[in-house]
Amino acid sequence: MDFLLEPWPWYVAGPLIAFCMYLLNFFGKKFGVSSNLETICAMGGAGKLVDFFKFDWRAHKWHIAFIVGMIIGGFISNQWLQSNDTLKLNPQTIQSLDEIGIENAGATFLPPEIYSINAMLTLKGFLILISAGILVGFGSRYAGGCTSGHGIVGLSKLSKESFIAVSGFFIGGLIMTWLILPHLF
Amino acid sequence: MKYIKFLLVGVFFGIILSKAEVISWYRIYEMFKFQSFHMYGVIGSAVLIGIVLMKLYKNETLKSYKGEVINIAPKKEGFSRNLIGGIIFGLGWALGGACPGPMYVLVGHGVAAILVVLFGAHIGAFLYHAVKHKLPH
Repeated sequence: MDFLLEPWPWYVAGPLIAFCMYLLNFFGKKFGVSSNLETICAMGGAGKLVDFFKFDWRAHKWHIAFIVGMIIGGFISNQWLQSNDTLKLNPQTIQSLDEIGIENAGATFLPPEIYSINAMLTLKGFLILISAGILVGFGSRYAGGCTSGHGIVGLSKLSKESFIAVSGFFIGGLIMTWLILPHLF
Repeated sequence: MKYIKFLLVGVFFGIILSKAEVISWYRIYEMFKFQSFHMYGVIGSAVLIGIVLMKLYKNETLKSYKGEVINIAPKKEGFSRNLIGGIIFGLGWALGGACPGPMYVLVGHGVAAILVVLFGAHIGAFLYHAVKHKLPH
């Protein structure tokens, strides 16, 4: 049981993620999370405004089951599988975050400077959260995939498109981390 | 009942992302700072096994539960769509520290603020399809 409570190392998590991909493929589906966003938009009636969303979302009901599953998985981890330790971050990371105004890095999963209710209720905090979401949603659908669809499936297929997309993920991520984040907090 | 298997895969996936701390903003920051091997190890080992899986699909060693050949549709071609879309995604990934999978998982962790991010992600997906005819692909 101790193993379940400890954080899992990469060499356990990576192969298990590949196993999830295999399970979905075995059941006749593709592994990819960001396409779920379109299913929810279509379900919410986005087809009234943009023709793309007129597709029959009922054909993608399994997306809803998968989403509900991920939420339950998070809940189970939070309730019963949580270790009491802080995240074992690189001390350099902790220091560099301290320098840009994010304190006590790793004490919780998420920085309270971004994810606390208090931060969410400020204009700046709300704009950070909503912008992060809009960028992820827009970018993943523009590129046709996210970390799962391009990062894992596409790279596994050695697809040229996915190499371009993942290079893009890194260009964007490096610009944000090195050039923009230091000025936000 | 047809859908319970997908729900269970989702539960499993949610637990993996939680236990490997992939849902942590800090892990994403650390990755983009090149200060930890963790995220590279997670994605890299998944891809290595994925490469083997794709070979086994191709030579038909592994088939679907119906006994059919597993054929994963290719991603849409186009340099601009993949590069520009990728860059926009990367900006958001590093800002919020969460890609779509972890967003849903964090809802289960009871993080209220992630609902704002998730709402934004749906707006983003919607906006893309509203303006896509004006964008380079």
